[in-house]
Amino acid sequence: MPAAYVRATPAPVLPPPVAAGPSWTRLLRNLFGAPQSLLLTVLALIVWLVPGLLRYFVFDAVWHGGATACRAANGACWTFIGEKLPYFIYGSYPPDQRWRVNLVFAIGAGLIVWLLAPRAPARRLGTWLAFLVYPALAFVLLYGWPALGLKRVSSDLWGGMLVTLIVATFGIVVSLPLGILLALGRRSQLPAVRLASAAFIEFMRGVPMIAVLFMADTMLPLFLPEGFEPDRLVRPLVGVALFASAYMAEVVRGGLQALPKGQSEAGKALGLRYWGIERLIVLPQVLRLTIPAIAGTFIGLFKDTTLVATVGIFDFLRTVDSARLDPNWSGPTITTTAYIFAALVYFVCCFGMSRYALGLERRLAARYGRATG
Amino acid sequence: MPGSPIERHGAARGALVQAAFVLALAFLVYEGAAMALAHMRAHHIPFDFGFWDERAGFDIDQHLIPYSFTSTYGRAFFVGLTNTLVVAAIGIVFASLIGFAIGAARLSPNLIVAKCAGAYVEALRNVPLLLQILFWYNAVLKALPVPRASLAFPGHVFLNNRGLFVPAPTLSPLGISLPVFHGFNFAGGARLSPEFVALTLSLILYTAAFIAEIVRAGIAGVPKGQGEAAAALGLNARQTRKYVVVPQALRLIVPPLTSQYLNLFKNSSLAVFIGYPDLVQVFAGTVLNQTGAAVPVIAVTMAVYLFVSLIVATAMNLYNRRIVGVAH
Repeated sequence: MPAAYVRATPAPVLPPPVAAGPSWTRLLRNLFGAPQSLLLTVLALIVWLVPGLLRYFVFDAVWHGGATACRAANGACWTFIGEKLPYFIYGSYPPDQRWRVNLVFAIGAGLIVWLLAPRAPARRLGTWLAFLVYPALAFVLLYGWPALGLKRVSSDLWGGMLVTLIVATFGIVVSLPLGILLALGRRSQLPAVRLASAAFIEFMRGVPMIAVLFMADTMLPLFLPEGFEPDRLVRPLVGVALFASAYMAEVVRGGLQALPKGQSEAGKALGLRYWGIERLIVLPQVLRLTIPAIAGTFIGLFKDTTLVATVGIFDFLRTVDSARLDPNWSGPTITTTAYIFAALVYFVCCFGMSRYALGLERRLAARYGRATG
Repeated sequence: MPGSPIERHGAARGALVQAAFVLALAFLVYEGAAMALAHMRAHHIPFDFGFWDERAGFDIDQHLIPYSFTSTYGRAFFVGLTNTLVVAAIGIVFASLIGFAIGAARLSPNLIVAKCAGAYVEALRNVPLLLQILFWYNAVLKALPVPRASLAFPGHVFLNNRGLFVPAPTLSPLGISLPVFHGFNFAGGARLSPEFVALTLSLILYTAAFIAEIVRAGIAGVPKGQGEAAAALGLNARQTRKYVVVPQALRLIVPPLTSQYLNLFKNSSLAVFIGYPDLVQVFAGTVLNQTGAAVPVIAVTMAVYLFVSLIVATAMNLYNRRIVGVAH
């Protein structure tokens, strides 16, 4: 007698999985696979938003013509941005000396390409130039050196993108080494070093950056000898650098914890001392592991540079914010135009940095055969 | 730490390094303090809390506790503190709601929904918060019509250049007071100032973008096999989400969520830029300028932020321990 549970006829053939079908069916399914109400809401939002934005920023916008055209316009006033662009870039830096700023920008851009391009030659030399020679050179060029024929330009006149980039670059150049030292200090075997590092890091991470800037501005002069008044721009620079170092330290510490203990033990077995192990074995691996997080910290730092306006520094956002109040350009759309322009500039910088970091992460993961993150 | 001076060269060298470090630190602190004291004496800058009970003599637009310009500096401190805490509390609640919704939308099988949520996240977190606050305050709220031509929303909510007018509960008689247009302005209900609306709204939208990213990573971090196993056990989609995916995702979500809450709390200090009377604006701003007592004022401000950060971090750690425990 045949077993009753054995199937006598073959089961019907199942259709192939949808994902294996032609890509346009997948696309259709992806487009219309959600709850109808949610989809309709989002579609309505797009249909309502996109034409309005296009009209405001392109079709109704003022591309030629002066302040009078802008006053009557229903759209963005791009001529205002064109007129104020030098102010947004240089602040009140004397116009006949602005070639110095351009030179600093150009050298900086060259160094960045050198350091960040894949397969660039002599990167070690580039690092030294970028971290030691370039800051000094930039300072001499921007601040001036009468003996060399460079007129003195007080930092009161610096402003705009120039100041934003100075604050961001100074923060990055100082916070990376200082953050590494603090992270090593926090994991040190010496209790005094460990305690001091942890206290500093937790303090800086527990208070808002504005409070740190206030502190740097009002209290730094108190702690220095009489007659040694730190420059108006130097005080927030110190505040930003210390603040960023604490965040960098935590990022590096995360990487240090993720690295297997066997790495430093192997270094010890090879006869290396503490600094040799850290420099040759631990830190290169840790920095590679933490590249996404370090990039995230840099992006945060770049956005935080806007806060130096609290202590009266004219950074990029502050110049935009003050230019929109210019009575010669008072129009109904000037404020929105100014802010949208600033937002675009910040977006391009921050989004670009995050995309570069993503690409670098993938490249390193491919080279070292390690999973990302 | 392996390879440290202690292990290699014995305890003596470690002690020496530490002693030198402590001495250098103590020297710096002592010299700095002595210098600061000399400065403050020379310039008659107060460095005690004598100002605390003095009359402040300035008015604060928004106060949850009774305050007038005859109140003391100490009172002004508490007004600023409560204003900060209100913004932070409202911000945390709504940023979480929006953040979770957008984070879930990013994982939607629908391409349009997922891309829109992604665009929101990228747009909001790559633009400085200060710029967003200024935009909402100067470009949107300041440009609103006068009270006579208010924008009316369902539920007796009115928006104009004087602020947001909402119904408010009243105690005596017990009931709800509705805002009514009367003469040139609204009477009744509660008025939320444009400064408050701009600050809270930008904090919510900005932090929501970061929370969305955390939620997305948290849900994506739960191995695919978990959902498949749940389906194999016969759980439907809702049960799978509720009993399998979300509890495991929360373990990944809560620690970074804590730091986002703390960021929102600290970022509320950007109130300074639009004149919302928070702790930093009132105390580290006006009070500091009037009294000149830089050291005590900054020290108290810092202490408040550190203290609240500590409380939030502890509470979230307890919650984290509970959800990790439940899942085991």
